[in-house]
Amino acid sequence: MKITFPHMGNTYLPVKAMFDDLGVEVVLPPKNSKKTLEIGTKYSPELICLPMKINLGNYIQSIEKGADTILVTGSCGPCRYGYFAEVEKEILKDLGYDVEFVILEAPDGDLKEFYNRVSRVANTKNMIKIGKSLKNGIQVLRKLDKFEASVLKLRPYEKNKGEIDTLYKELIKNLEKSTGSSQMIKYIHQAQEAIKDIDLQKDRDVLKVGIVGEIYTIIEDFANIDIGKKLNELGAEVHKSHTTSGWVLEHLFYNSIGSTREKQVRKAAKPYMKTMVGGHGRETIGNTILYTKEGYDGVIQIMPFTCMPEIVAMSILPKLQQEYGIPILTLIIDEMTGEAGYVTRLEAYIDLLRNRREKYKNEKMLSWR
Amino acid sequence: MKIGIPRGLLYYYYYPLWTKFFETLEAEVVVSEKTNKQIIDYGVKNTVDEACLPVKVYHGHVIALKDKVDYIFVPKIMSIYKNEYICPKFCGLPEMIKSAVKDLPPIIDTTIDFHKSKKNLPKTVHEIGKIITTDKKKIDFAFREAIKQHESYKAKIKDGILPVDIEGNKVFKYINPYKYRQKIVLLGHPYNIYDKYLSMNIIEKLRKYGLEVLTQDSFDRNIINKKAATMDKKMFWSFGRKVLGAAFHAMEREDIQGIIYLSSFGCGLDSVIADIAERRTRRSSEKPFILLTLDEHTGEAGIDTRIEAFVDMIKWRGKNENNFSTYGEYISTR
Repeated sequence: MKITFPHMGNTYLPVKAMFDDLGVEVVLPPKNSKKTLEIGTKYSPELICLPMKINLGNYIQSIEKGADTILVTGSCGPCRYGYFAEVEKEILKDLGYDVEFVILEAPDGDLKEFYNRVSRVANTKNMIKIGKSLKNGIQVLRKLDKFEASVLKLRPYEKNKGEIDTLYKELIKNLEKSTGSSQMIKYIHQAQEAIKDIDLQKDRDVLKVGIVGEIYTIIEDFANIDIGKKLNELGAEVHKSHTTSGWVLEHLFYNSIGSTREKQVRKAAKPYMKTMVGGHGRETIGNTILYTKEGYDGVIQIMPFTCMPEIVAMSILPKLQQEYGIPILTLIIDEMTGEAGYVTRLEAYIDLLRNRREKYKNEKMLSWR
Repeated sequence: MKIGIPRGLLYYYYYPLWTKFFETLEAEVVVSEKTNKQIIDYGVKNTVDEACLPVKVYHGHVIALKDKVDYIFVPKIMSIYKNEYICPKFCGLPEMIKSAVKDLPPIIDTTIDFHKSKKNLPKTVHEIGKIITTDKKKIDFAFREAIKQHESYKAKIKDGILPVDIEGNKVFKYINPYKYRQKIVLLGHPYNIYDKYLSMNIIEKLRKYGLEVLTQDSFDRNIINKKAATMDKKMFWSFGRKVLGAAFHAMEREDIQGIIYLSSFGCGLDSVIADIAERRTRRSSEKPFILLTLDEHTGEAGIDTRIEAFVDMIKWRGKNENNFSTYGEYISTR
């Protein structure tokens, strides 16, 4: 059995660490590229969202490399994500590929089936061993997410441009060639120490931008044309409202722990959206409000074309923009999105935020109150 | 008290129930006029571009009603069957309406959520009814009457009468199935196929070609559910389950000549359902399948041409194909 799984940001590294710990062979799909998207777009339904098109591209590229089992997480609607695997099965069948899907979910609450599936891909029935590797994998994931967050926060302040990027790239390279979680954690710790030593110019006038929207397009930098780095270069620190570790913790342990941020987000969203609408539509609303209250200069919503929950959120955002007085930009991504047009919009948006800040400063200075 | 019901989305499934309920409670029910160009324009102007056509049209209906009534009934429909949903846009509909349309009368946006069970049904009904009366017995009575109306509506549709043939409580067109020799299945969301303006009257067009039109609502519920359950994973959208079940059933029925899927541009559900239906039809049946996509551009000629071509093919097959189907197999010497 040769397992593969789709790309989503840096998640492939912790997943690889976990399988390394278990001693299971995995086939990593080639990094997301134009080719991945081209393959995915060619065979996917026209109006399906971008994440599935990229996923399908990942699978086909992995199958060509020898993978025969596809591992994905599950969900039960109402967002389309829960039915991706079923459509993909049909497509791969029509293309003549013989692969098996293992979907990590408990169908109709059947926990036994869930454990069956887990032990099949883990190649062991030893739940303690599985639990331990899972725990280690999650640890790598959390630390890596934390590191990425600090990159997005610190990059606009660095004195010598490019230092953080070099460090980040070095880390990813090291993680890619390491086996097992302990080795990865060592490298992440090293990088965490190294980032503290980078010269920063803290008095720079840097804007703060929060990213909300659909989780895949937020996390996967190929899909969002590396929005974090682009905004950093335009002089804004960036916070992404979703991380893979957040998602994993929420879905695997939400009932037992119940993260406080999650509750805050729901509470904030309530006056505008009283129930969930699938995907992360409610979180988009809630996070926008929280960012506003935390003094961010702007919020960018990012989503794939035809994403249902985000369209609901998008219809409500103008109201928030009005009531909270924060500029919100919506970016819709599909396979036709061109980089130049996208950058132009980001530049214009950042200009707007900067002008607002200047204006606000002057107002404060000239005000008699 | 005047209660407005927009003629869109789930209207075509539930209007007898809703109107009877409110009328029994002695409220006056005002239904928006049939979809027309103006209503579509209202909707298109007042929604985000990315919203799907039926949601835009629904906004248009709300706008057409808002100055004429005291309340507008826009329930927040999360789920109508156990372990199933409708579509994320239905879940957020009242919120979308409230942020897009200005100067609205109060909205009755009761949450209808039977995802876990129907246990909350009486509570939900009371919540809607309490806007008109505090008398719970009256509300219960009105709901029982409404259910009766709903059942008789469903029975009519089982008899082969489609929602487009019914106006209010009256059936104005009895279809004689014996008149038609050939049958086709028209699949799609009720708000696309039963809205005469949106669908460009596709049902009548097909009937004029002498075809009997069946929809997912024409089949027995049990058969559809059984067929839909053949998917590896439970289809968690209620419409999806109906449409896929109907498609799988139609593939196997010899008396059905073809399948038409009517979708609207940007429909997230259809990108999944129509694709599976099409792949399965092509893989395991000989039946022709066509996907027609609607949007707010009302050019009818394009749809007409495609329907005509599809019907021509069906007629041609019926006349000729049976006579020489073995031709290729036996004449060849290779």
